[in-house]
Amino acid sequence: MLALIRKDLQIEFRTKETLASLLLLGLLTLVVLSFAFDPTSELRVEAAPGALWVAVIFAGVLGLSRSFLPERENDCMQGLLLCPVDRGTIYLAKTVANFAFMMAAQLAIGPIFIFFFNLRVTASLLGVFLSLALGVLGFAAVGTLFAAITVRTRAREVMLPLLLLPLVVPIFIAGVKVTGQLLAAKPLADVAPWLNLMLGFDVIFLVVGWMVFEYAVEE
Amino acid sequence: MADAVIEARGVARRFAGITALHGVDLSVHAGEAVALFGPNGAGKTTFLRILATLLRPSAGTVRLFGQAVADGGAAARRRIGLLSHQSFLYPDLTPTQNLEFYARMFGAPLARVRELLVQVDLLGWAHRPVRTLSRGLEQRCALARALLHEPDLLLLDEPFTGLDVDAAAMLTGMLRAAHARGTAILMTTHDIGRGFAVCSRAAILVRGRMMWNGPIAEAQRDAFDETWTAAVRGRERARPVRG
Amino acid sequence: MSNRRFVDPILAPLTGAVMLVAIYMVFLYVPNDKAQGLVQRIFYFHVPLAIMTFLAFGVVAVASAGFLWQGTRFWDRLAHSSAEVGMVFCTLVLITGPIWARPIWGTWWTWDARLTTTLILWLIYAAYLMMRTVSGPGDQGARYAAVLGIVGAVDIPIINRSVYWWRTIHPAVLVTREGGSGLSDPRMQWTLGICFAAFFLLFLWLVWVRNENARLRDAVEEMRHEMLTQHA
Repeated sequence: MLALIRKDLQIEFRTKETLASLLLLGLLTLVVLSFAFDPTSELRVEAAPGALWVAVIFAGVLGLSRSFLPERENDCMQGLLLCPVDRGTIYLAKTVANFAFMMAAQLAIGPIFIFFFNLRVTASLLGVFLSLALGVLGFAAVGTLFAAITVRTRAREVMLPLLLLPLVVPIFIAGVKVTGQLLAAKPLADVAPWLNLMLGFDVIFLVVGWMVFEYAVEE
Repeated sequence: MADAVIEARGVARRFAGITALHGVDLSVHAGEAVALFGPNGAGKTTFLRILATLLRPSAGTVRLFGQAVADGGAAARRRIGLLSHQSFLYPDLTPTQNLEFYARMFGAPLARVRELLVQVDLLGWAHRPVRTLSRGLEQRCALARALLHEPDLLLLDEPFTGLDVDAAAMLTGMLRAAHARGTAILMTTHDIGRGFAVCSRAAILVRGRMMWNGPIAEAQRDAFDETWTAAVRGRERARPVRG
Repeated sequence: MSNRRFVDPILAPLTGAVMLVAIYMVFLYVPNDKAQGLVQRIFYFHVPLAIMTFLAFGVVAVASAGFLWQGTRFWDRLAHSSAEVGMVFCTLVLITGPIWARPIWGTWWTWDARLTTTLILWLIYAAYLMMRTVSGPGDQGARYAAVLGIVGAVDIPIINRSVYWWRTIHPAVLVTREGGSGLSDPRMQWTLGICFAAFFLLFLWLVWVRNENARLRDAVEEMRHEMLTQHA
């Protein structure tokens, strides 16, 4: 499995296309959303968590839709399927790679987010980061599965968001809630149920994805 | 009698209402080299993919290395090498990176990568992305990929198509070497000359049915020619055979 | 094969009959609700429809799993039929809900757990049906849709839970009580019961018809294919 992850990281390292798209689109979304709110209004601070997660989701969907593009070239998907590995392992490796890319983009977007929305930098940042990690993991788990499916359908650009957005609603709600509470300096214990929800989501869909992936790629 | 590396019985495959294969039988034993001839659309590629565990047959059984394909076929795949029209190489990575990746995936020692790069004469280009290589060079790298893990069974899908004279000679040489080592070879082609040069047995697949199957010995030449001509012209006079 | 002949002649009239009884009861038999007045009658349609649409998705999930596991057309046809019927029911739920809500609560839409989950279910149904049209030839569309069916079904309870929490941790904008106004009167209980039965039968019958349609189409396709290959 490590070989698979290494391969994806190598490819990305060479082209940096996915990372760049993730970064730029995330940034762009934040900028546009910033225009939706008056810079001085109270609403801004309240809306900030929502804006962050919208940026994560929009950029993430794009990144995910690209995640199986390398396999489209030279029929590499068949090359992968010829390897003596379980299909589930291929899924997990892709998911980890996608997670890594999205988190890397977040490392850059995070500070900009704080910047744009004039938020106070407090100790709760660790909690926000944790919620981001859990959320992105769940997103990657479901997203990788459906990215594999939609890469071979028509109207690929439409299908992936159509499929993904309803399914990741729990992650989105939980993420926004947690980020909001933490930015309002609430203690970590308060948001524990939400974090548990996200963790549960992650575990459940990693397992489901692992079990079902072979049907997504066979012919 | 050597062990059967492939034993396919009654293999059928349907796609969206079209039947690509109608109950095909074929046996390949260790150390044998079999050429599978057939006109375009005969179902050769489909059959090969089923044997490589990439596709599941709609009916029939396939036994590889003496065992039924089970648990997704990972164990069988470790001993199979497939060479197809597509190279299965990631264009953004270098040949070295590609081969190292496949070596890790197949559990082959990394030293093999260099060994094979030397064999296919690709050392000079080993550090440039595959997308910058010419088609011929890419195919050589694909050949290296297929042989990397010293498979016991080599499946080749029209391997001589589009190869220049040098590359074709290289391929023939490597195939002969593999054959000498005891690797079983199943090669599809519509180039009779090449097929006869490398292999000791032949079979003809036409429109999903196995029409002829036997050793390439002089005595059989006439029956073979007749069946082949008829097949190419679209009229089968022979009945389907069991292999 | 022979039992099929009996289903339709029994199921269709039975459904029709019970439905007629239900309609009669809803419009003429049951008394007006004290608190909500005439509009409350929609409740007798809305609730069974809602239950049925979730039941339909449950069938989709089970049939999807069956299809992936066994690969026979039977499961796929069942999943597809159930999805189409479920989609129709879901649309009706989303229409009757606001019609009921507006006079009672003063707003067309509330973000309470049940209605929101139904909305998301509708989106998943839509994606499921679309998946079949945009996929490649052969079994691909069916398989992808089956994956969605399973993932969706696992997700729905999680979605429900998360929306519920979302609504209750914040002070609620509206008091959410979709269960009806107490149902004290036994006549109301009877009506609701009959409506359940009516919509359940309707669900069964519609899925049956749709499934038969699919089965016959498959059979024709196979015969056609056989005839074509005989000539080859």
